[in-house]
Amino acid sequence: MNAVTHPAAMGRGAAPLDVARVRRDFPVLARLVNGQPLAYLDNAASSQHPQAVIDAISRYYETSHANVHRGVHALSQEATDLFEGARRRVQHFINARSPREIVFVRGTTEAINLVAQSWGRSRLQPDDEIIVSHLEHHANIVPWQLLCEQTGARLRVIPMTRDGELDFEAYLGLLSGQTRLLALAHVSNSLGTIVPVDPFIAEARRRGVTILLDGAQAVPHMKVDVQALDCDFYCFSSHKMCGPTGIGVLYGREALLTSMPPWQGGGDMILAVSFERTIYNEVPHKFEAGTPHIAGAVGLAAAVDYLETLGVERIAAAEHELLTHANERLQKIPGLTLIGTAAEKCAVVSFTLDGVHPHDIGTILDHQGIAIRTGHHCAMPVMEFFGVPATARASFSFYNTHDEVERLAAAVELARRMFA
Amino acid sequence: MDLKDLYRDVIVDHNRNPRNFRAMPDADRHAEGFNPLCGDRLTVYVRLEGDTIRDVSFEGSGCAISVASASLLTESVKGRPIAEAERLFATMHQLLTSPDASIDPVPLGKLGALSGVREFPARVKCASLCWHTLDAALHSQAEPVCTEGNPAEWP
Repeated sequence: MNAVTHPAAMGRGAAPLDVARVRRDFPVLARLVNGQPLAYLDNAASSQHPQAVIDAISRYYETSHANVHRGVHALSQEATDLFEGARRRVQHFINARSPREIVFVRGTTEAINLVAQSWGRSRLQPDDEIIVSHLEHHANIVPWQLLCEQTGARLRVIPMTRDGELDFEAYLGLLSGQTRLLALAHVSNSLGTIVPVDPFIAEARRRGVTILLDGAQAVPHMKVDVQALDCDFYCFSSHKMCGPTGIGVLYGREALLTSMPPWQGGGDMILAVSFERTIYNEVPHKFEAGTPHIAGAVGLAAAVDYLETLGVERIAAAEHELLTHANERLQKIPGLTLIGTAAEKCAVVSFTLDGVHPHDIGTILDHQGIAIRTGHHCAMPVMEFFGVPATARASFSFYNTHDEVERLAAAVELARRMFA
Repeated sequence: MDLKDLYRDVIVDHNRNPRNFRAMPDADRHAEGFNPLCGDRLTVYVRLEGDTIRDVSFEGSGCAISVASASLLTESVKGRPIAEAERLFATMHQLLTSPDASIDPVPLGKLGALSGVREFPARVKCASLCWHTLDAALHSQAEPVCTEGNPAEWP
């Protein structure tokens, strides 16, 4: 079974997405920015929210809020049911075996830090090795550097090709008897590269290496099945998949989570406390000290419902068409260089333009109501590899239109003329 | 708010052909400015003669606003007393960050072309980077200067 279905193979038997109708679900898409209709092309940074998600959060606060796992009263029970229901919703969405494998965290960054500090700090020894790739977001680099400082472990880096793909042969050369962890982006945030993780995972698995995937950019855009992927940890954020900020998910194999020490102490993560001894709660609660982001979990579950109603395959197919269109259109602009040209990509287009700094492109586009990201995209090693201080990045979601692709290209052409 | 208020002809010209854009091997003082979020990076060099800035130059890379601002800076402080350059720094800071148009840009000459930056809050740090870097050079500050995340640069 394929863990990831390629967009080109999707959509068979299903009608394509009715984008005009989908757009009406997102209130923010109706607004003007600088007098122009908003073209929101910064989805890799954070996505927008359908009314269903906003309503679910409002309804929770209007009718059902109380603390979870505490009281015997009705509201506490309702809030607990909603919170634990959200956990099961996420479990089924990524095909985890049990809700005990779903830990709610603040986001991908916190998920990775949790694994580094709980799993890593309790297990790694001097000279153990952690393998990451050159593509990683800082969130999948810095927690491991901190861990290396704490344990004496070493960080090894899978090199990248000029297309922004990973060098599999070089990866095989990095694997050794010292390798303890493979921590890999599933999809690159700065370039959009879909990393073909299956062979990387298979080689790590054969050697007993623990595997973590940073799925922040993958979950919103493709079907993710953690059992088919055969990873040990999978991390993602709600706010990149139409859910609220401040909540995300750490998936971990139950046996692994159970064997790990807690990383934050407090309420909810304990069964019994005395000054002599504390008995920790079962997973996942062991890792959820303090009152959680209950409304966030409710909103995330509503986002999962929304995405599944549209169909993740149909979403991927629509986004792939936007990517193809944007590639074709932007490549025709003289002086424009696409950064990241992997064969398999999510709908992310990073580029530079001769004589125009990305920051100026960003301001000129904003003036036309077009929101893109400019800068290093929290991936400074990627920028260094391509020898650029920054890029302009347009990242698409299923609610974007082909007209917005045309507006993007026209605005980039305007930027070029202004500085010609 | 018009784009042409930001990218005036003077700015576009100084971005395309930055003045005094060179290293200065015999500089008395220099300092680095770096805004990591944007990637704007520059070095400002100063040669002094007593209390006068005899020569000033810069090199680096950045957006049009940061390059043009640095280029205009070199033209406007060259040959001036240090105290006068520092007064100009204070005036420029006000021009870039004051919420209203209370600073008369006319006496500033070409530097007045940067008055439009005030309307683009995200870009103030780009225009002010070179001024803070010059200030650091004049005070022989060793650490690189950064104008990102600095509340003083928020309008």
